[in-house]
Amino acid sequence: MLEIRDLRASAGDTEILKGITLTVNAGEVHAVMGPNGAGKSTLAQVIAGHPSYEVTGGSVTYMGRDLLDMEPEERAQAGVFLAFQYPVEIAGVSNAYFLRAAYNEIRKANGQEELDPIDFLDVLEEKLKLVEWGPEIMSRAVNSGFSGGEKKRNEILQMAVLEPRLAILDETDSGLDIDALRIVAGGVNKLRHPERATIVVTHYQRLLNYIVPDRVHVLAGGRIVRSGGKELALELEARGYEWVEDAAGVA
Amino acid sequence: MTTSMDAFVNKEYKYGFVTDIESDVAPKGLNEDIVRLISAKKGEPAWLLDWRLKAYRGWLKMTEPHWPNVHYEPIDYQAIRYYSAPKTAKPLGSLDEVDPKLLETYQKLGIPLTEQKLLAGVAVDAIFDSVSVGTTYKAKLAEQGIIFCSFGEAVQEHPDLVRTYLGSVVPTSDNFFAALNSAVFSDGSFVFIPKGVKCPMELSTYFRINSADTGQFERTLIVAEEGASVSYLEGCTAPKRDTNQLHAAVVELVALDNATIKYSTVQNWYAGDERGVGGIYNFVTKRGKAARNAKISWTQVETGSAITWKYPSVILQGDNSVGEFYSVAVVNGKQQADTGTKMIHIGKNTRSTIVSKGISAGEGQNSYRGLVKVLPKADGARNYTQCDSMLIGNRCGAHTFPYIDVQNPSASLEHEASTSKIGEDQIFYCKQRGLNTENAISLIVNGFCKEVFKELPMEFAVEAQKLLGISLEGSVG
Repeated sequence: MLEIRDLRASAGDTEILKGITLTVNAGEVHAVMGPNGAGKSTLAQVIAGHPSYEVTGGSVTYMGRDLLDMEPEERAQAGVFLAFQYPVEIAGVSNAYFLRAAYNEIRKANGQEELDPIDFLDVLEEKLKLVEWGPEIMSRAVNSGFSGGEKKRNEILQMAVLEPRLAILDETDSGLDIDALRIVAGGVNKLRHPERATIVVTHYQRLLNYIVPDRVHVLAGGRIVRSGGKELALELEARGYEWVEDAAGVA
Repeated sequence: MTTSMDAFVNKEYKYGFVTDIESDVAPKGLNEDIVRLISAKKGEPAWLLDWRLKAYRGWLKMTEPHWPNVHYEPIDYQAIRYYSAPKTAKPLGSLDEVDPKLLETYQKLGIPLTEQKLLAGVAVDAIFDSVSVGTTYKAKLAEQGIIFCSFGEAVQEHPDLVRTYLGSVVPTSDNFFAALNSAVFSDGSFVFIPKGVKCPMELSTYFRINSADTGQFERTLIVAEEGASVSYLEGCTAPKRDTNQLHAAVVELVALDNATIKYSTVQNWYAGDERGVGGIYNFVTKRGKAARNAKISWTQVETGSAITWKYPSVILQGDNSVGEFYSVAVVNGKQQADTGTKMIHIGKNTRSTIVSKGISAGEGQNSYRGLVKVLPKADGARNYTQCDSMLIGNRCGAHTFPYIDVQNPSASLEHEASTSKIGEDQIFYCKQRGLNTENAISLIVNGFCKEVFKELPMEFAVEAQKLLGISLEGSVG
């Protein structure tokens, strides 16, 4: 589904990704771990097409298409979803309105009929259950005045409604208490599907107790320095990031 | 910013066409003879001519104000034409007699005037250059004693009402542009809602400038007697021309005891091109006077004009009276706006609310200027002011000039202000959810303006949202 080949990317003059190669197949869950500053979030943002990063080399192929040649909204319409590390607030726009606008844009791009607010409510009702939320949240402005945990849950709700083919969760676990973590992870697990793939970007192994990955990659200094099965996450937890950094010769 | 945002292209101003119609015009320039000519053209009584002449003589002694935060070349008042009327217009005739070319013009503007196609639930007075060309639903409104007609017609048919209230809120000596308007005003709308009557439909005036080199000086007077209520809306457009045109209107609102007047404006005068050539100078005086328990509410969406200079205000004279000001002002390209309100608290327990949303894009400069004044006898006066600015791009400016003058210790005032920049991150968030840049900006800006839009009558709120989208196209770069 996703083929990343020797991907290099910079922010300003600083090269952050220094040749990432990664293949993610449909049905798989990959965890990308690593110390702060390793380039984990940059990788997530570059896949989504954030304009602050310049791709300086390599390729990304998504479902046979050149992902790097697509606008961020085209990527979203083709099924790429990024759960943001810092979800953005949009004052005065209700959560329901925003989510329906997104839902309909994606449907429209895929030749499907748009849903009116009433029909959309039915879709929403079912998905709200996934994140254990009542309908009240939908009339609040997008992420405005939301707690950190609520913002992350809102990302998972959006993911559930938009039903992406490739979901990237960028540090979705950071700042979550154990209950919120369980809800967020539960939401992700319920969306697991043979035709979907998920990339979980995280600093801690904790989330992986709930979302069990098929593959674990360790990113350090802008490169993947180690890949393995789910047991790699546990080993990291026990031995710390210095272990892989030392092994890979990254300062 | 990024190329995806740069890719935005400016949409044409779609109301920029000119109607080819023969006009009866006054020679250029201003002197007492022109004032007399205008008065004579309109067949006015002597008292009104005297009133105009007094205003004109006062104006001669005044100087153009230069305190607003706007910049423009000096206006040559002798190069302006002060009267222009389509030759075929019959000011007092029925709509059936209106020149088809004029009907067609309003049709193109989305304002059907022919009886079969009237806007449902909205009565319209259509002003073309200096005169009213027709008013819809007049007879229906008259059944309840409501008068809705052109100003010229009101002078002829309801002279006592006009004489009682004209200049009672904005005196001829009020300011330079109000004095000029008083001397040369040509037409406008007149509304009278008798005691206890709730006006059953929205009243609306549509202003259209057509002739070149012509100033538009309309005068609107709305009187709501005791316990009456009315909601009124004005819209404005003008052709694209490469010279600046002056629009100096005066609006007076009189709300007697327990009356309510809601006045909404969607202003979309031609703004000039992207280099700042042409466009309307919108220098307007709007003020209402609220008696006991009365309420006056101004809502404005200002997207057009090269320069906007207006401060719709409320004199809260009666005890417990309420004043409101809800404003969205958008500047793009080279537009400049200096707008806000004045809330003058005179009566006890008077309350006012100010919500101002300024959006600056392109090289636009947007200033909020507001005065909250509490006089010594206004015990328990309260004001809440919220003043938010949004910047799009990095070549525009937002400025805030709040003035507070409190002379009564029991008054309570709140002022909140914010400035935000529409961020790459906000836009990227929307794009990542499948929205394109245009829709993302429209969504964010409409959210920003929501508190003001919800004050607009339903059908106009939709128009205002669309207008905002068009005004901001090409704004991000």
